[in-house]
Amino acid sequence: MTDFTADILVVGGGAAGLSAASEAASYGSKVLIVESDLELGGQLVKQTHKFFGSKDEYAGTRGYKIADILLDEIKENGQNVRILTNTAVTGYYMEDNTFTAMRGEESYMRIKARKAIIATGAQERLIPFPNNDLPGVYGAGAVQTLMNVYGVTPGRRVLMVGAGNIGLIVSYQLMQAGVEVAAVVEAMPKVGGYWVHAAKIRRLGVPILLRHSIKEAFGEKVIEGAVIMELDDKFAPTGKEERVSCDVICMAVGLSPTTELLSHAGCKMKYVPELCGFVAERDRTMRTSNPDFWSAGDAMGIEEASAAMVEGRIAGLCAAQSLGFPARMEKLDEYWARLDHLRAGEVGEKIRSGIGKVTCGAWEA
Amino acid sequence: MELIEEHPVLEQSNFRRGDKVGFTFDGVAMEGFGGAPIAAALHANGVRIYRETPVMNRARGFFCAIGKCSSCFMVVDGIPNVRTCVTPLEAGMKVETQRGKGQAIIAPILQE
Ligand SMILES: Cc1cc2nc3c(=O)[nH]c(=O)nc-3n(C[C@H](O)[C@H](O)[C@H](O)COP(=O)(O)OP(=O)(O)OC[C@H]3O[C@@H](n4cnc5c(N)ncnc54)[C@H](O)[C@@H]3O)c2cc1C
Ligand code: FES
Repeated sequence: MTDFTADILVVGGGAAGLSAASEAASYGSKVLIVESDLELGGQLVKQTHKFFGSKDEYAGTRGYKIADILLDEIKENGQNVRILTNTAVTGYYMEDNTFTAMRGEESYMRIKARKAIIATGAQERLIPFPNNDLPGVYGAGAVQTLMNVYGVTPGRRVLMVGAGNIGLIVSYQLMQAGVEVAAVVEAMPKVGGYWVHAAKIRRLGVPILLRHSIKEAFGEKVIEGAVIMELDDKFAPTGKEERVSCDVICMAVGLSPTTELLSHAGCKMKYVPELCGFVAERDRTMRTSNPDFWSAGDAMGIEEASAAMVEGRIAGLCAAQSLGFPARMEKLDEYWARLDHLRAGEVGEKIRSGIGKVTCGAWEA
Repeated sequence: MELIEEHPVLEQSNFRRGDKVGFTFDGVAMEGFGGAPIAAALHANGVRIYRETPVMNRARGFFCAIGKCSSCFMVVDGIPNVRTCVTPLEAGMKVETQRGKGQAIIAPILQE
């Protein structure tokens, strides 16, 4: 059993975690980043499209290149940052103030840190239908990992379930990888994602079937196809069905924040539909009700990489400050101005309302 | 192998691929890229079924790719329940379909 110590433990090396680590390390605190994947970058490394958002958060740059920018930034304070990849933090034991982690399959460790930033991102949802356990029913993240990270063709013909941004973008990415997309089915009466992404795949001739869902999958041992069905206003089947042949059914039906460690730490949690699940209550410094725990990014509510990066910076700044490092606290207002800008207007309405339900002015001392 | 040969955005060098190494799947010799997950190598070789569930004997394969769902558990070099979606492939690995709960070989460890 190996033991590690750090001033600040950052769990998760995605957009939020990398930003938090970079910010905290820049003031001299010793940061340990623990990432369960084989490499750092989180969702960013799977994205080949140019990001939306604002210029400060690298809008117009392709996702995987944003990860490189953040990693370069971390190298500038490399002496303060230690990185463990292929290592999952499995628990937090409050009575001992100790984290447990597992590296690979066989090696276990304990981590003690003075402060922690939980940036564990999100988990994919699945919907129930007969045979949804057959090989070939894949999460959208898994499909992206295969094709965009490892260059493996996920299948020949894919049925996409869900027309939110993820379903639309991954459909386009599949076509870029030379895979046929049979159709995109979406239960809602309108496309959930941005219109530009929908337009791109429509131009390439992929039908987006609104008010449609998957009824069942079929196949001897692996997926050979699916039966899709039409829904009425009340989401009840109209009886109209169609068989679609495909070897992959890609599920893009939403994400939920990954918050187990925050629960272990006794952070006050609340169910907020606008943020897609149970999330921690927080103050303006991204601190939770446990004074040693901060959190940022999709773990605090499903949003976007741009906001995740700013939240990460806030958490890194304030966690470093709490330990007495010379953090430039005047940046807090600047970061909030950026978040307000990202969340402005009609598109940000849902997020603003969600965040309003879980943000308090300051925790009682 | 089912690999992406041409891509409008990504270069071949963007893909995380170590050197080509040999391994076996249920005794059949295959090739994959070292350092990339075992599951990715199997998928590139057209293998979709990774294990069979203990009670219902249902086929299971790749699913979450982040080590969180248990769908991809296989027996690797005799060790059961290995998360093949996050375990890097190494030269000479013996990868096997996992049936049931998988049997661990604990005897040699107890003797130490
Ligand atoms: C298809 C798609 C397209 C997108 N397009 C855009 C876009 O154009 N613009 C935009 O702004 N956003 C976009 N996003 C959203 C954006 O990618 C995410 O909001 C952002 O990456 C969230 O960052 P994060 O750091 O919170 O989470 P993640 O990037 O998910 O990182 C979390 C990390 O934590 C690790 N982790 C989790 N649990 C543990 C543990 N217990 N121990 C150790 N490590 C752990 C995970 O492995 C992961 O690497 C897109 C997302 C998808 C899926
Ligand atoms: S595919 Fe989910 S744990 Fe490996």
